[in-house]
Amino acid sequence: MLKGRSLIEPLDFSVEELDALFGLANEIAEAPEQYADACAGKLLATLFYEPSTRTRFSFEAAMLRLGGKVIGFSGEANSSAAKGESIADTIRTVACYADVAVIRHPKEGSALVAAKRTDMPVINGGDGGHQHPTQTLTDLLTIRREKGRLNGLRIGLCGDLKFGRTVHSLIKALSRYEDMEFCLISPEELVAPEYVVRYIRQGRDCGYTEARHMKEVMGRLDILYMTRVQRERFFNEEDYLRLKDTYILDAKKMKDAPQDMIVMHPLPRVNEIAPEVDEDPRAKYFEQAKNGMYVRMALIMSLLGVGV
Amino acid sequence: MEVNSIEKGIVIDHIRAGFGLRVLDYLNIDKANGMVALIMNASSKKNDRKDIIKIEGVTDIDITALGLLDHGATVNVIENGHIIEKIKLELPERVVNIIKCKNPRCVTSLEPALPQVFHLVDAAKEEYCCEYCEETRRVTDISSE
Repeated sequence: MLKGRSLIEPLDFSVEELDALFGLANEIAEAPEQYADACAGKLLATLFYEPSTRTRFSFEAAMLRLGGKVIGFSGEANSSAAKGESIADTIRTVACYADVAVIRHPKEGSALVAAKRTDMPVINGGDGGHQHPTQTLTDLLTIRREKGRLNGLRIGLCGDLKFGRTVHSLIKALSRYEDMEFCLISPEELVAPEYVVRYIRQGRDCGYTEARHMKEVMGRLDILYMTRVQRERFFNEEDYLRLKDTYILDAKKMKDAPQDMIVMHPLPRVNEIAPEVDEDPRAKYFEQAKNGMYVRMALIMSLLGVGV
Repeated sequence: MEVNSIEKGIVIDHIRAGFGLRVLDYLNIDKANGMVALIMNASSKKNDRKDIIKIEGVTDIDITALGLLDHGATVNVIENGHIIEKIKLELPERVVNIIKCKNPRCVTSLEPALPQVFHLVDAAKEEYCCEYCEETRRVTDISSE
């Protein structure tokens, strides 16, 4: 039962609760019109202290498609944070008006701080370079739909594994499933933090290898999860410029990949996937984006306890 | 130099030499009514030198933090001049406002009024992680600050 709960990090929901959520998302994807009034009279608050296109639009589209309404701000300058208000005070105030809130904030742990100060369900829409659990719901749903399972998979995670919150959340979530192998492909400067590697070590029959070059692992992957090197996470512009084009997936590299491997990316991409790869049937990142809306519709409905 | 034994209270023995003042600070007993003695650089059989703290009159101070600061120390509870309990120190599962998060991206760097909460994640490696950002810190690094 997810009614009244918050989603702050990927393990907040049990595997069984996730299965139910993905089941609902699949039903919504099959017949979205049947859910057009599911959240009529309900209000979603979107508190985006940090710029976002996909996550914010996806949440807003999800709520509007469920017949609910949306209030919110985008950019810290447009919020009371610019006047020095704390996250705790902002969320308490918002809880007076809205039924559910999604928060994106550049500081790590901000969504947890918000969730602790209110009984209203709070959804972490990304907290700095830490976690992004609704992207993980999107990723898990996509893997389930494309590969038919969430265990016994070899997944390559490539790019910025240090600050890539989508990668951190996905590894944490997948470590709960059996017989997973993670190939961590990154430059030395952007390796996964220690706490992320610990998720794998503590997982069920999970293992990992580290690689500096894509070709080392490309031929034996079920999934290749590409990420962008994020300019906004660097304190030093020179470091960003040096590392931003370390990995570029193109048609030539795709020739080394198995025919049933899928390519995923949380988007937005910059240079890390050449546009020519979009035509490859193994490229699934735009399906992933669509799945994101359906799974967020299922999430909002579940947290509000409507129609489930 | 001689410090008398106590009738009732707590003796924290085998504190790593030089750590006595920090332990006193963390125990927050500077407002205690009874007598408090800090002995620094006492000779030790186990190690070369050690610090000792004797607190008279109280037996219920919070020693949670002590396990984190120096789990090699021993705590003896004294009643009627005799040791009635020896407390084995362990690394605490959760500590509040003892370890400070060093991650500049952590929410605690933005909102300093938030309590600094850390959880034990690996007892063998003596590692704690921040409740908010999961930044890992080792006890050895914390102790040497």
